[in-house]
Amino acid sequence: MNIEWYIVLSSLLFAVGAMGILIRRSPVVILLCLELMLNAGNLALVAFSRMVGNQQGQIFAIVVMVVAACEVVVGLGLIVAIFRRKLPLDVDSLRELRG
Amino acid sequence: MSATAWAWLVLLFPLLGSIAIALGFKVLPSKAAGAIGTAAIGLAFVCGIGALLCLLGESPDARHHASSLWDYASVAGLDIKLGIFVDPLSVFMVLIVTGVSTLIHLYSFGYMRSDEGYHRFFSYLNFFVFSMLLLVLAGNFVLLIVGWAFVGFASYALISFWYRRQTATKAGMKAFVINVVGDIGLVLAAFLIFRELGTFEYSEVFAKAPQVFHTNEWTVTAICLLLLVGAFAKSAQLPLHTWLPDAMEGPTPVSSLIHAATMVTAGVYLIARTHVLFVLAPTAADIAAFVGLATLLVAGTIALVMTDLKRAIAYSTMSQIGYMIMGVSIGAYSAGMFHLMTHAFFKALLFMAAGSIIAAMANNQNIDDMKGFGKAMRFTSITMLCGGLALAAFPGTSGFFSKDEILAYATARGGMYEIFTVLGYFGALLTAIYTFRLIFRVLPGKPCAEAQELIDTGHVHHAHPFNPATGEEEDTEVGFPGADHHIAEQSWPMRVAMGVLAFLALFAGLVQVPGVDETITKFLDPVFADSPLAAIVPSVGASWAGLAIGAAISLLGIGIAYWLYIARPETPAVLIQRLRPLHTFLVNKWYFDELIDILVVKPALAIGRFANRTFERFVVNGLVSGTEDIVGGSGRLVRVVQSGFVRSYALLLLIGFAGLALYFLLSSS
Repeated sequence: MNIEWYIVLSSLLFAVGAMGILIRRSPVVILLCLELMLNAGNLALVAFSRMVGNQQGQIFAIVVMVVAACEVVVGLGLIVAIFRRKLPLDVDSLRELRG
Repeated sequence: MSATAWAWLVLLFPLLGSIAIALGFKVLPSKAAGAIGTAAIGLAFVCGIGALLCLLGESPDARHHASSLWDYASVAGLDIKLGIFVDPLSVFMVLIVTGVSTLIHLYSFGYMRSDEGYHRFFSYLNFFVFSMLLLVLAGNFVLLIVGWAFVGFASYALISFWYRRQTATKAGMKAFVINVVGDIGLVLAAFLIFRELGTFEYSEVFAKAPQVFHTNEWTVTAICLLLLVGAFAKSAQLPLHTWLPDAMEGPTPVSSLIHAATMVTAGVYLIARTHVLFVLAPTAADIAAFVGLATLLVAGTIALVMTDLKRAIAYSTMSQIGYMIMGVSIGAYSAGMFHLMTHAFFKALLFMAAGSIIAAMANNQNIDDMKGFGKAMRFTSITMLCGGLALAAFPGTSGFFSKDEILAYATARGGMYEIFTVLGYFGALLTAIYTFRLIFRVLPGKPCAEAQELIDTGHVHHAHPFNPATGEEEDTEVGFPGADHHIAEQSWPMRVAMGVLAFLALFAGLVQVPGVDETITKFLDPVFADSPLAAIVPSVGASWAGLAIGAAISLLGIGIAYWLYIARPETPAVLIQRLRPLHTFLVNKWYFDELIDILVVKPALAIGRFANRTFERFVVNGLVSGTEDIVGGSGRLVRVVQSGFVRSYALLLLIGFAGLALYFLLSSS
């Protein structure tokens, strides 16, 4: 298969994730969309790795997955903490860091 | 042991004593503190003698040694060592400082006995002696400055010793400030020396100076004038002398130690030590000599009218130091140092006797209130008489030989320097008059109340001591020792100290009789051999002729004082009446305090007020609040972006990355 297809799919996934982050207000969904963007990046890495013919891109993709897993842990932890304190699960109303 | 090892020990003991007393003030009984302090200085004296014996064992040309413990700072071109320089001059000073200080410690042992600050006193006193020894033993200008500044601080601490007395703390500050003026002069001189010669070490400076400088070149003159600023401030010469009379607020042993025997002689020592530079700058040396002469006359005239016992003696100190400064500046080095030694003996003694009387008067220092102490305090009055005779240069006493030697040298040098001889003899006349004015007013006559009480009961009792200067009641906790009075009659350490000094005041002159022994000239000769001025030596005949004139003048002065104060006691009042303006002028100390007030203090205050009211308010405040406004304003602008909406941050991030990506795409294609 041609490399373009992979890139197009990766770009689409990335755009869907970015759009989701921009329009959704639930932290859980935003986290999901973030994962989507990361995996779009992974897809592109693996595709290019195949194209070039060495394994560096694939290794890098695995590293990204590890980082993503950590990030999910932290993100979910935050969400649970917000939930426990009975704060609204809405990123727009959590704006204490307003300057 | 070598001479330098002894010299290090000389420094070590007073420092250890000071630290031990300061740290142990809670555990040590007060007698032990006094004993430690006295023993420390006594040991230093013994070590000084050790150093002397070492030097005497060597050939005269080899009697100079430098030694250093470690390097302070060793960087490109600069090598400052913690080093000392031992030669006959420094050993001579060490012996005077430690010798007289030992006796003064002994005197303080009795005098300060019931003072609450006994430990503090002895700790300060030991620290002072340490600083003075550091000053005289220093092997380079840096260490000299360290010792110089330490002495200034110790003097401040001791003058303000009775710190609940306003007058004492003010006098301490005055002394400190004026001394700092001198420190600045000395530091600038050291900088100039380093710039021109590239070293701070004495031996190198004095070896290089004659090759680098031409005679009277402006740099060497500037160096010498700056050194003189330091010397004048420390030695209380015009116009930086006003601190010395005020320093009489300190306890009497302090006046005796600092303001007679040791600290104020530092300037004389400095000029003698740097004589190589002064030989290269004859203009500066002449200025120093004239200032010395002016000081000795001004101080002599003021001493004629002072009614404060200690202040009168303080002015006498200034006047005598004027002789020494004059001596070492015109080239009579060993004569100047000899006068320094004899002066240390008789002036310390006079202060001790004065202290004894002042203690009996419960701190009242006014001689108008004193009378008839001759009967009440026999021992004190005899020793005071010995000191007075030596100060007045009575034939045969120590002051007789030392003062005339300076004047004989001035005559031998001839030319312009004859002025110094003539006016020096006039100063000697003043000296004899004011010395015996004090003695004739305090000792003979019908005893005053305190003296009578002393005769009747054997002690004096003052329940409420007060500050004679302001009339405020003394705080006995840190002030005068309550109802107890420590006068020399009643305590053996004080009697020993005064007895030894009285002996020295009378007979120390015999070590340097012209044409007979001249021990001190021979001892100090190697130090000054490189000066062409040292070659001028008054002939024995001329010296004895000078001595004869001196004797006549001294007797004349004593005679005048006798005529004024004993034979016709009503004359002084008549004279004061006749010469009212002159008397007012002298009582106001030639208006030097007022002059300094107008020339220095008032302008400084005006500048300060301007800085506070105008500069501070408009310029400094403007700068500060302007900076604040700029930072705050830009902060307010940037704040708008920080909305707190996570999604808007994300949008900005995306736009930013998209922009970057676009930029790279466009620039690569």
